[in-house]
Amino acid sequence: MIVAERKPFDEIRNMVKGYKKVLTVGCGTCVAVCLAGGSKEVETLNAELNLAFKKDGIEFGAHTLERQCDMEFLSELDAKADNYDCFLSMACGAGIQFLAERFPEKPVLPAVNTSFIGVNLDVGWYEEKCRACGQCVLGMTGGVCPVTMCAKSLFNGPCGGTNKTSCEIHKDQPCAWLKIYERLAGQGRLEQIMAISPPNDWSNQKPRKVIQPGYEERLKAMHP
Amino acid sequence: MKSGSKLERVLKAGHFAFTGEVGPPRGANVDAIREKLKHLRGNVDMVNVTDNQTAMVRMSSWAASIICIQEGVEPNFQMVCRDRNRLAMQADILGAYAHGIRNMLCLSGDHQMFGDHPQSKGVFDLDSMQLIMMVKKMRDEGKFLSGSDIDVKPQIFIGAAANPFAEPFEWRVHRLAKKVAAGADFIQTQCVYNMPKIREWVRRANDMGLTEKVYILPGVTPMKSIGMAKYMQSKVPGMDVPDDIIKRLQGVDKKMVADEGIKIACEQIAEFKEMKGVAGVHLMPIEWEHMVPEIAERAGVLPRPEI
Repeated sequence: MIVAERKPFDEIRNMVKGYKKVLTVGCGTCVAVCLAGGSKEVETLNAELNLAFKKDGIEFGAHTLERQCDMEFLSELDAKADNYDCFLSMACGAGIQFLAERFPEKPVLPAVNTSFIGVNLDVGWYEEKCRACGQCVLGMTGGVCPVTMCAKSLFNGPCGGTNKTSCEIHKDQPCAWLKIYERLAGQGRLEQIMAISPPNDWSNQKPRKVIQPGYEERLKAMHP
Repeated sequence: MKSGSKLERVLKAGHFAFTGEVGPPRGANVDAIREKLKHLRGNVDMVNVTDNQTAMVRMSSWAASIICIQEGVEPNFQMVCRDRNRLAMQADILGAYAHGIRNMLCLSGDHQMFGDHPQSKGVFDLDSMQLIMMVKKMRDEGKFLSGSDIDVKPQIFIGAAANPFAEPFEWRVHRLAKKVAAGADFIQTQCVYNMPKIREWVRRANDMGLTEKVYILPGVTPMKSIGMAKYMQSKVPGMDVPDDIIKRLQGVDKKMVADEGIKIACEQIAEFKEMKGVAGVHLMPIEWEHMVPEIAERAGVLPRPEI
């Protein structure tokens, strides 16, 4: 899932001051699961904002969509958009941008920082696992991502900074390449990393689109 | 000859190589480098010129390398993967070669969080292995990484680093094999203090036939103080300082600790001279350049061959 963190309250407060009617828009998918921007977090944020702006008379509305990364769900807001002069989105960066695209005349402000694609370690505890590099090598590396889990994104690790099983950046950060080595050694598959991995094709350096096989014709007809 | 560099000539002739190191200044202080080089000239075959070492901004390594050439000291231009993408790397390699630089050391680089700009974006477009491959391709095939032709190819003697002490130890010699396969001509290692471990690592490299394909220069850094030894033991990632080194330094009179450090270094160099599979030593006297003449003298590596 996509993991996000709410922005510091002062930052949010500075963004919304000056508006009269603000709609806080939650998202019911990833950011709800990671406790950053679902309906509960919308409620909490609005309570704090109401308290902070009691004297200024700013009105805060609340609406949590199933997904902000889907126009079908965003259309729910069409009817009430005119009642507000600003949206405060608690979705990930993708959702915030799609909301802004749906209502291009309306200021859309981010209430969260999108952190990463990650996993649930425990309630409220998440870890990054994927940088969406677009060239997955997990088959070669025993299911440990060298791009994300190695602080230098090395394809031919480990570097000389491996420090008593940790990464040089912190003792609590395991060396990804040590993990890759141990995983492959355990599976008897060390030959996977004997050959040199060639330079990567960093396809994530430009805006990307995906059209799944079988959908090309349909999309061509719908979006000529 | 791949490059005709002095280091290559020394090694090819079968001499025991002795290389040094110089850190460029934190500014444009040319006199500071010249002062350091005064102590190195004639006492080493070549000096490594570090590239934003520990991720602190310094004068660029190629520029400081050119100053070395002007001062009559052959440079080993260090390049880290942290600060340049493949375009900048290839451009700098061509520029360095055009100015007479003939040796390069290809490194990953310390993580940017250690330095004075921890907010910076680490590039790591290539890793050190891929950088070695790229320099080899430029030199031997006359091609850029993209495959297009180079107009006058850079004849560079390709260096790489090895840390025989970092985990997993079993993998270390395989990683060396990868660097050799990628195209490394010579290897300079992390500072050695654990002699039993380096003996075992070199033995494995010998067994795999690697030392016939690459020149290995173990790194030697004399301990200046007990504090330095303890710091290296506990704070420097990937460094292996056995307790008996610290005990030995503690066992001498306070005034003699630095001298004892030099003594240990000289004993190491004496052993490396005799060690099968070792082609020289890389001396890294951290901010102790003025001691190089004495260390070289006491280690019995003078005079340096003139070829």
